[in-house]
Amino acid sequence: MVDTALDQLRRSGRIVVVGASLAGLRAAEVMRQKGFAGSLTLVGDERHEPYDRPPLSKQVLLGKADADHTLLPRRLDIDAEWRLGVAATGLDMAARTVKLADGEEVPYDRLLIATGVRARPWPNEAEGELDGVFTLRTREDGAGLARALAAGPRRVLVIGAGFTGSEIASACRERGLDVTVAERGDGPLVGALGGVIGAVAAELHRENGVDLRTGIMVTGLEGDSTGRVRAAHLSDGTTLECDVVVVSLGAQRNTEWLTGSGLGAGPRGIACDAGCRAFDLRGIVTDDIYVAGDVARSPHALFGYQFLSLEHWGNAVAQAETAAHNMLSESTDRRPHLWVPAFWSSQFGVNIKSVGVPSMGSEIMFTQGSRAERRFTAVYGYQGRVIGAVTFDNGRWLQFYEKQIEACAPFPPPFTTVDRRPDGQRPIPADFPDPSVPTHGPTITLSGYSPADRRIATFTPAGH
Amino acid sequence: MRLVVDLNRCQGYAQCAFLAPDVFAMHGDEGLLYDPEAEEAQRERVAQAAAACPVQAILVDDLDRAGDHSARTPAAAASGTARGSSDG
Repeated sequence: MVDTALDQLRRSGRIVVVGASLAGLRAAEVMRQKGFAGSLTLVGDERHEPYDRPPLSKQVLLGKADADHTLLPRRLDIDAEWRLGVAATGLDMAARTVKLADGEEVPYDRLLIATGVRARPWPNEAEGELDGVFTLRTREDGAGLARALAAGPRRVLVIGAGFTGSEIASACRERGLDVTVAERGDGPLVGALGGVIGAVAAELHRENGVDLRTGIMVTGLEGDSTGRVRAAHLSDGTTLECDVVVVSLGAQRNTEWLTGSGLGAGPRGIACDAGCRAFDLRGIVTDDIYVAGDVARSPHALFGYQFLSLEHWGNAVAQAETAAHNMLSESTDRRPHLWVPAFWSSQFGVNIKSVGVPSMGSEIMFTQGSRAERRFTAVYGYQGRVIGAVTFDNGRWLQFYEKQIEACAPFPPPFTTVDRRPDGQRPIPADFPDPSVPTHGPTITLSGYSPADRRIATFTPAGH
Repeated sequence: MRLVVDLNRCQGYAQCAFLAPDVFAMHGDEGLLYDPEAEEAQRERVAQAAAACPVQAILVDDLDRAGDHSARTPAAAASGTARGSSDG
């Protein structure tokens, strides 16, 4: 039986994609590949065509690529109407229109929201606006910071030792610059990978000449008479002279424009089902609004159906492809987005990769290589199963552990491997910080309760 | 010519760094750095690298090859000029 409404959508419908970055572009490409012949509008608040962000904290800061030269390749002509440099400011779900900052209203039959995240700014606005203070998220950020590093500052201060902060520190050292990293937690990467791996990362920082200070907060930034940053005040009472400061405190989801729309959107992202269909505020799934990329949070069967939001490059690609497919499919042909989280980072010449959700793990075990040589695979365990894995210069093992995670394989792994060292014979606590204590956040956010928790909740509907 | 490497897929086989050393370079034992907007003169080498990648992690712009992009994207045309005037 042919769904005539769907057929009409495919031939002459109107699809609007809000968010013109990796997820938005990839979704648009997939829609055209699947034969969508209607009108396609891409809305983006940045002036640029979709570009790739990972090089901004690596090649660009090393001076090996220009920040303006990271436009994403186009695999086909998506024949879209581009509305670049114009932010979406509102959504009218009943009228099926998106409001733009220039006052225009764009009607849609299907809407894909891929507005992603932005850098969390320095909380003191005046201090954040000092010359020499940066965040790193956009192409302009990358270009500005690369220029500032090329000018040879006397000392760079990086606030926050997550992945981006660590990559920035690494680039500074590679350029021979003095750099201090201030991290509120016990070590770099602890929010994402735990204290055991954080200790390894701390060694990497220090051996490469980074002045790493942990368990410390920056309490204020100070400018000179010309409005240039000159020093930072730390919670231990000391003052650090620095002429470049990079605020690297994670990201905030771009959902404010949906306030009052009735969509289930908030600071943790936009809730959607496994098929990328957005929930409204009442917890009812919409059938015409889809979500993909960093801004989405969706339940995942492998992780107890908890809602996951992932700030991962590969997730943006995979979720966009699923959303695009489902937007143009019969209900029985829809696919769930069950991508196994995976990311990479490159710092101090070491390739760090991860699969699964390490931050769910309570124990860790070095299954290949050795911690001392900093060339290893470490596996995370949660309630007797493998839940994640991380490699330092050992990336070829990841695919194996991805399959273990998908198969809910037992932890500790029962097999022995030829290159397992004495320090990897038994699991140890993974040492994740108490989630209620603020530290640099992980790139995976678990939100909501797993049904496995069997929490007792009482709920009285209003008006009853 | 735009390109992107899916570094989730990349396993550091270094075939690309061997075939197109001006565009791809190993960084440490396993990491890869690449120029996301390579010179047009490198197209043949980049195509070889993409074909030789054991995990097919290299995505290259197909539109530029067809030479018909930017017709509907003014920003693409603008970046084309910028490309010509920088990086000398």
